[in-house]
Amino acid sequence: MSASDASTIAEIPGDTLRERIVDDLRSKIGADLVDSLVKPGNDVWVRVATSAWKSTAVALRELGFEYFCFLSAIDWMPSPYGKGEDDPTAPPPERDDTIRQGYAGGATRIQLLARLVHPVLHVGVNIKCDVPDDDPQMESWVSVFAGANWHERETYEMFGISFVGHPDLRNMYLPTEFEGHPLRKDFPLLARMVKPWPGIVDVEPLPGGGSDEEGDES
Amino acid sequence: MTSTESLIDRKQMAYIAAQAADARLNVELETEGMTLNIGPQHPATHGTLRIIARLDGEQVVWAEPSCGYMHRGYEKLTEVRTYPQVTALVNRIDWLGSFANEVPFILAAEKLMEVEAPPRAQWIRTILFELSRIANVSLFLGDLGVQMGAITPVFMAFRDREYVLNLIEGATGGRFHPNFDRIGGLKDDLPEGFIDETRAVMKKLRNFCDEIENLLFGNEIFQSRTRGIGIIPKDVALQYGLSGANSRASGIDWDLRRDQTLPMAWDKVDWKVWTHPDGDSFARCWVRLQEVRESTMIVDQLLDNIPSGPVMAKVPRIIKVPEGEAWVSTENPLGEMGYYVVSKGDLGPFRTKIRSASFNNISIVPWLLKGVYVPDIITILASLYFILGDIDR
Repeated sequence: MSASDASTIAEIPGDTLRERIVDDLRSKIGADLVDSLVKPGNDVWVRVATSAWKSTAVALRELGFEYFCFLSAIDWMPSPYGKGEDDPTAPPPERDDTIRQGYAGGATRIQLLARLVHPVLHVGVNIKCDVPDDDPQMESWVSVFAGANWHERETYEMFGISFVGHPDLRNMYLPTEFEGHPLRKDFPLLARMVKPWPGIVDVEPLPGGGSDEEGDES
Repeated sequence: MTSTESLIDRKQMAYIAAQAADARLNVELETEGMTLNIGPQHPATHGTLRIIARLDGEQVVWAEPSCGYMHRGYEKLTEVRTYPQVTALVNRIDWLGSFANEVPFILAAEKLMEVEAPPRAQWIRTILFELSRIANVSLFLGDLGVQMGAITPVFMAFRDREYVLNLIEGATGGRFHPNFDRIGGLKDDLPEGFIDETRAVMKKLRNFCDEIENLLFGNEIFQSRTRGIGIIPKDVALQYGLSGANSRASGIDWDLRRDQTLPMAWDKVDWKVWTHPDGDSFARCWVRLQEVRESTMIVDQLLDNIPSGPVMAKVPRIIKVPEGEAWVSTENPLGEMGYYVVSKGDLGPFRTKIRSASFNNISIVPWLLKGVYVPDIITILASLYFILGDIDR
């Protein structure tokens, strides 16, 4: 295997490379870099201010992150339907509905998530950004990365985030008249609403498992 | 003198008049535009990709793929399934190289759990991964001929792909959907006789590559239909997130098997990443041909020194993945396939973003088809190589 010189840089102990990425980005966009997390030898996460979503893309592109990997979103609200395995005749169970964001923190229910990769250093960066709850509008990346076009269309229909400056923002997969945003957590998985989940009734007991309460999940 | 002069004048006048009449006719008949609909069910498209192309004469002025005829909502479905159950879903994303789809998801879950598969499992995973690449791309090589009117290669491809599928079936029990990868290792060890059988098949596959190269790549018609057509420059390829052979054909020396550290066995063997500077349809096909050859070589070397030991690490019977986020991508037959897994310490993922290769690879089509001629649409699409399930997920 002939690893290029550049790829060996990524294996520096303590991961100075990924820390340098964060520093370089901070020197470009300043206080708009809200939070960051470097996991040595693993990955790097940055969270940027909502207003700096597009300028981050420009800055990272200037830093050499030219490969557009993907753009999507995460809805951090726990699903009010759980896994759709409730008994419809019983009263709905109590569920924890606190919103806890993941790495690099956050303040809103829905966050944008994108990944850009440096094609020479072979190191990627995950970019997160809060999307305002009351007015989910973000700047479009299409003028920076042309490949964001379809990803933004998908995010638009699946999460209901509209992208300002997108040339052709219409549904990618769903019919035009479809209502709702399927990947939001408050959109139920209809297959499990129509027909109640059979649960443990359908599953053979595990051999020698005894009384395993979590066995109904597997 | 005057009579010849007037003759020239008259000729010129007639020419101008004819031009004006043509132009008027064009306006009256509205011949400047026509919309051509290819698909969703068309023999030249793999699966149900529909392409709407607006033509001016023989040239495409605007083209747009219409996706979603096979959207199955896997990202939503993973949220109601447990980790071991997800592999059954993601098997069906790229159905020609199914095992390769399972690997990055399992690796992402293992990364979150901080579990590593034992060396023997890593080896067998890599072998099966490369076998699914061969099964996938050999069909591409055969199908390539069909797009250009050559019927023979596809029969050869199906003939030799069968041997690879038999191997995958022998090891995993499933021809198309192995569902063999487990968190912490593999379901089972290799069957008896697998190693000798695989060696023989790899020899057959190398012969197949030679046959295809002689039959197709040296063919004048094939060359004239692919050389210099559908050129993707390097910077455009990066912008659109093209990966796999499509980006390597544009001169980007980048292979995720080589350029990242994964608990797999690729770094234990000697192999080469093929690139091509041209970026045209021919380059994309050529790189894939070399990759199948290289894969057979990788498998051969891996078979030489499979470590002994268990194929399963110690993991709890009921798998709970600790809270966290992980991104793992691998170099799948079609390109970069990755999973962004968000865990909340539950039995199943909280959210899974599936980054499939074909989605990005096909998003370049509106840009790429501008200005090409109608027959080239099919060859360009064939050389970009997509699987419908990999676009729609």
